[in-house]
Amino acid sequence: MSEEIIKAEGLTKVFNGHLVAVDHVNFEIKKGEIYGFLGPNGAGKTTTINMLITILKPTEGKASVLGFDVLKQNNDVRNVIGVVPQEYTADEDLTGIENILLCADMYGIPRKVAKERALDLLKLVELTDFKDKRVQTFSGGMRRRLELACGLINRPKVLFLDEPTLGLDVQTRSATWNYIRKLKQEYGMTLFMTTHYLEEADSLCDRVAIIDHGKIVVVGTPEDLKHSLGGDIITIGIKEDADVSALISKVENVKDVKKENGTYRIKAEYGEVTAPFIIETLRKKGYTVSKLSLTEPTLNEVYLEYTGKSMRDAEESREAMWTQRMTMRRARQ
Amino acid sequence: MTENNGSSKSKLHGLWALTNRELKKWYKAPVIFTLSIIQPILWMGLLGKAMNINAIFSPDKIQQLMGGLVLTPPLTQTQSAQLGGFFQGLQTGIMQNTFHTSDYFSFMAVGMIAFTALFTTAFSGMSVVWDRRLGFLNKALSTPVSRGVIVFSKVLSAALRSMFQAGIIIVIAIAFGLQFGASFNPLYILGVFGILFLICVGLSSMFIAITIRSTRMETPMAVMNLITLPLMFASNAFFPTSIMPSWLQTVAQFNPMTYTTDAVRQLLIYSSTDFGSVATDFAYVGLFALVIATIGIVLSWRFLNK
Repeated sequence: MSEEIIKAEGLTKVFNGHLVAVDHVNFEIKKGEIYGFLGPNGAGKTTTINMLITILKPTEGKASVLGFDVLKQNNDVRNVIGVVPQEYTADEDLTGIENILLCADMYGIPRKVAKERALDLLKLVELTDFKDKRVQTFSGGMRRRLELACGLINRPKVLFLDEPTLGLDVQTRSATWNYIRKLKQEYGMTLFMTTHYLEEADSLCDRVAIIDHGKIVVVGTPEDLKHSLGGDIITIGIKEDADVSALISKVENVKDVKKENGTYRIKAEYGEVTAPFIIETLRKKGYTVSKLSLTEPTLNEVYLEYTGKSMRDAEESREAMWTQRMTMRRARQ
Repeated sequence: MTENNGSSKSKLHGLWALTNRELKKWYKAPVIFTLSIIQPILWMGLLGKAMNINAIFSPDKIQQLMGGLVLTPPLTQTQSAQLGGFFQGLQTGIMQNTFHTSDYFSFMAVGMIAFTALFTTAFSGMSVVWDRRLGFLNKALSTPVSRGVIVFSKVLSAALRSMFQAGIIIVIAIAFGLQFGASFNPLYILGVFGILFLICVGLSSMFIAITIRSTRMETPMAVMNLITLPLMFASNAFFPTSIMPSWLQTVAQFNPMTYTTDAVRQLLIYSSTDFGSVATDFAYVGLFALVIATIGIVLSWRFLNK
């Protein structure tokens, strides 16, 4: 088998003939890695995942999972993947174990095998004590863990996670990350996930693809991406109404200056040393620095660098918004 | 590739699991379950007993109307008794002629059974939309379960639910005074459930096919409102078609509800069961179920995946 677990070539989805949700994306996902799509709502993340899990037909291009074509061999794909959707799909009226067994039945797993696996999985996600409780009574974190367990019932080789921690509070979120890491370690699974949480992509993903308006803007490990910015980010504002970009860029170690919304984003090496120099230079010319901040780059800076804007939501369909609101509301129960 | 995940290859795997999921949502929720039992009782009481058509033709009523009529010479006791007997016969005759049974409540109760089947299945369209909105549909679609099975589990669960409710109606109707036909045989009950199963499969496939791509709750509701009442009243469920205007008779002739109700009446309450027309009823409703269910499943292959 090739090392590429998932491969997409020119994958495109156009809705209603004009709305381009995913625009000729190419990517390859290697065995055993956690690969993340990072981007704002409406960037095309869920659309991509839906094409890979065979519930949406690509308009153009092709993709394969473990060598199976998502269009022509969709049933083979379905057998070897696990899916943890953005929504809480577990049935509220059923108990935890009933939900897992329902998933097992959809894969046609014999009842005896399914029961054994279900108990193992419940232990893995630490829901054994709640297995006979109705899902109605579950908290957001518990529901998410139950979804994880359901997604693993067919022993998938690849697991797809769509916004795995949407709506969860910070603590539950990092607990959920630990479960996901455990999966990767214990089962050597390949994971494809989408997220619009920068810190999630940073802490969980081996490689991140930043996606914006249906296009992959850049791909790399979180470290490489941050490193590619070439240093720290100094943000300053001046009192005077003037463009001092040219002046700043002459300071030593300054690599780049961008003016946006009246402040300057300066990329510089050795930020803590360079910042005083910049202030000094500006003061000599009679400008007053009114604010200053120094940050080591995060994925947010990477995002800004490659898309030219802060991560914010693009326009989305009514249906997608409803889905997300619903998920968030149930996560907080 | 799939040898080690334990999957079986049957095309129908998951059918019972998905059907049972729907049924569990119903019988495990005490409120919904109780309501679904109370509802037919209410209908039966209201429609069945309130519309007391028998009373219109009662001999007392007719004699009252004739109160002003003074005959000379006055009627003898015997003649009066004869006249009373004539009116009694007239009532039974009119009822028999119109409804094929002397008891309107019995006629109505059977209409009620069809009515319940229609309303229970009408909700199957809603549950598809609901599953789509909650993401369960996508989850199911990402598994190897066949697309036809996803749709057919909805159809099957709606059919089983309405057959259960129909059973309750029959029991209540008997308690309320349903009069079985002279040729009634307990085995006919099986025939009743048979035809109910067919009509439910047809109807719920129809409602699902209409709403299969819908993402909003309003669509199935509008469809329900639009379709259910005409289907009900352009049939023989509450009133015999033979005395309807001819255009309505034509409509009723194509309405599968007409055939369902006819079969159930033939089997349960008619004084003599005409097996020829029961066979026609089964054939027509069976064909309806087959065609619509096929359309539903073909649509599900084409449209469940966008």
